[in-house]
Amino acid sequence: MSCRGPNPEFDDLSEVSQLVSSRLAAFLRTLRDAGFRVGLAEGQDAATLMAAGYAARPNLLRAAFRHLFSARKSDWDKFDGLFDAFWLGKRVRSRSRTIGSAAGANSPSLKTIQDARPQQGGGQSVTDQVPSSDEGPENSAGEGRMEGASHAEHLASIDFRKFSDPDQLAQAHDAAAQLARVMRTRLTRRYLARRRGERLDLRRTIHHNISHGGVPISLVKRRRKDRPLRLIVLLDASGSMSLYTSVFLRFIHGVLDEFHEAEAFLFHTRLAYVSDALKEKDVSRALDRLSIMAQGAGGGTRIGESLQTFNRWHAARVIHSRSCVMIVSDGYETGDAVLLGREMAALSRRCRRIVWLNPMMAWAGYSPEARGLKAALPHVDLYAPANTLQSLRALEPYLAKL
Amino acid sequence: MKGREEIAQALAASGYIADADLATAISLMQLLRRPLLLEGEAGVGKTEVAKALAKVHATELIRLQCYEGLDQSAALYEWNYQRQLLAIQAHRGTDSIEDQLFSEKYLLERPLLAAIRRPRAPVLLIDEIDRADDEFEAFLLELLSDFQVSIPELGTISAVTVPHVVLTSNGTRELSDALRRRCLYQYVDYPDADREARIILARIVGAGPSLSVQIARMVEGVRKEELRKVPGVAETLDWAAALVGLDVRDLHNVPETVHETLICLLKTQEDRARVTREVTLRLLGRVA
Repeated sequence: MSCRGPNPEFDDLSEVSQLVSSRLAAFLRTLRDAGFRVGLAEGQDAATLMAAGYAARPNLLRAAFRHLFSARKSDWDKFDGLFDAFWLGKRVRSRSRTIGSAAGANSPSLKTIQDARPQQGGGQSVTDQVPSSDEGPENSAGEGRMEGASHAEHLASIDFRKFSDPDQLAQAHDAAAQLARVMRTRLTRRYLARRRGERLDLRRTIHHNISHGGVPISLVKRRRKDRPLRLIVLLDASGSMSLYTSVFLRFIHGVLDEFHEAEAFLFHTRLAYVSDALKEKDVSRALDRLSIMAQGAGGGTRIGESLQTFNRWHAARVIHSRSCVMIVSDGYETGDAVLLGREMAALSRRCRRIVWLNPMMAWAGYSPEARGLKAALPHVDLYAPANTLQSLRALEPYLAKL
Repeated sequence: MKGREEIAQALAASGYIADADLATAISLMQLLRRPLLLEGEAGVGKTEVAKALAKVHATELIRLQCYEGLDQSAALYEWNYQRQLLAIQAHRGTDSIEDQLFSEKYLLERPLLAAIRRPRAPVLLIDEIDRADDEFEAFLLELLSDFQVSIPELGTISAVTVPHVVLTSNGTRELSDALRRRCLYQYVDYPDADREARIILARIVGAGPSLSVQIARMVEGVRKEELRKVPGVAETLDWAAALVGLDVRDLHNVPETVHETLICLLKTQEDRARVTREVTLRLLGRVA
């Protein structure tokens, strides 16, 4: 580079007045609180910028800082508001912080609403297009049903927050984590088996055999790179699912912990990205953060709209060709079933496999009559019952085969 | 150091219609010596920024297109095996050849190595970094902080000049925080109607000012429809070229042609079905 800027040395800071540098430090703290990843190097560069005359005009400084401190679109979009609020004293709409205690807040957390237990007394035929219901081991399915029912009675009376009783939680979390581990090793083994299909790597072979005068004596082979499968879980947190939400939340927490690549979303009338909140190691803290994010949960479900949001804003980033999408929902769509069908089609074009786990299926005499479910099922690769950890374990062989 | 105003002028002179942010970003790149990460939807002109930057600095543009499975031999360097083999055959029986085989003579430069060995700092465009693997991203991060490369057979090669690095991403994969932090960031959005009209005017020979404004407004309207694939600037230019080629002077005179040529903008069957004749007329009605 023909022209070098001044080095961000400490000496330069002396040019910036003491006051300004302390204000700058405070601004960096504000940014960190707002979720920006700002390190020491950025702070030094900011000081360099101010010393280089960028502080002369607010607009210039704002633009320069925006380039420096933003790392993603969400940062980029909210930066101006933060900057104006801090440096120019303009009011900015109060931003709810997701971290921290929600103690005292009477906000409706997940599962305060009593279960709206669906009475699907309709068809007696359990032999629908369900691929797994008849294949699954008879015993464990029965066990799961029992477990589910007893759990349900129990849970209906306690608040979701109370559910983070450490013992119960740790136990369930262990089970989920163990399952996630088993699922992952299965997947990995499958990739190992595939490695046998080897091909000759001509370029490296020649390279290797230059010492033999180019005669290919030792061969170099090429094998498929084994990459872990990515699991994306979309959990229905609506009222009709409220009995099972916490069971699956703990399962998801285990999944995020144990899988190399996993993402989680929660949906009810809208979609929330919850991976970050759930990646918190401390389970009760994670659930705390989650219940703040999941405000409004427990009401109706707009699966179609939620999927639309997912396809539009998250799918490109989250899904790649080795992704498996797991939707946990009872399929009671309060929105537009046609939209749901369309979005499911779009989703199935993008990812490798779609699994739909339906807790209600474990209920005796249940058949998928929900309109939404009927629209979605043609695009689902595995449709199976799951309402407890036991029933999830029973699914393991099928999940491993995906 | 070039000032911000000079850069803005140079950008204008290079034929790139920049928004206000870009000049700031470029001057910061020089001041802080950080790479610039451009994110945005496909077709908003991210790659064009690098081309414009090369013109501003009057230097060469070296482009590395990323894809899944991109490795060092395609990005950094490769030995010229054919030549090496020939040399071995030709010098059979002599000892001297062994020392020469792994010398500069047999080294093939790939974009990254080329970029740090130019006497005049080039613009290095690393296009669609999100398509490359995580491992490559980590390697790139190392290169971007040290600007040196070690080749086992040759030793360490340090940068002669530090290139101006521009990275682009479409968001098909989430980039690592480390890479994001290393870079200056700019989100590139679709240009507003005014800027897009100026782009059409600058790029399409034969498009008059009033037609350019009409096209830009029309495209702005189309983008607001709920489409699967929102048309980018490149599509706008295609459409403008098509209209000019069909000798259209005013969109209002030829609504039928407008509707038929919308295939330049709408690239999926669903989108095409969504923008019916009525929608076209409604959008056209809003274009002043």
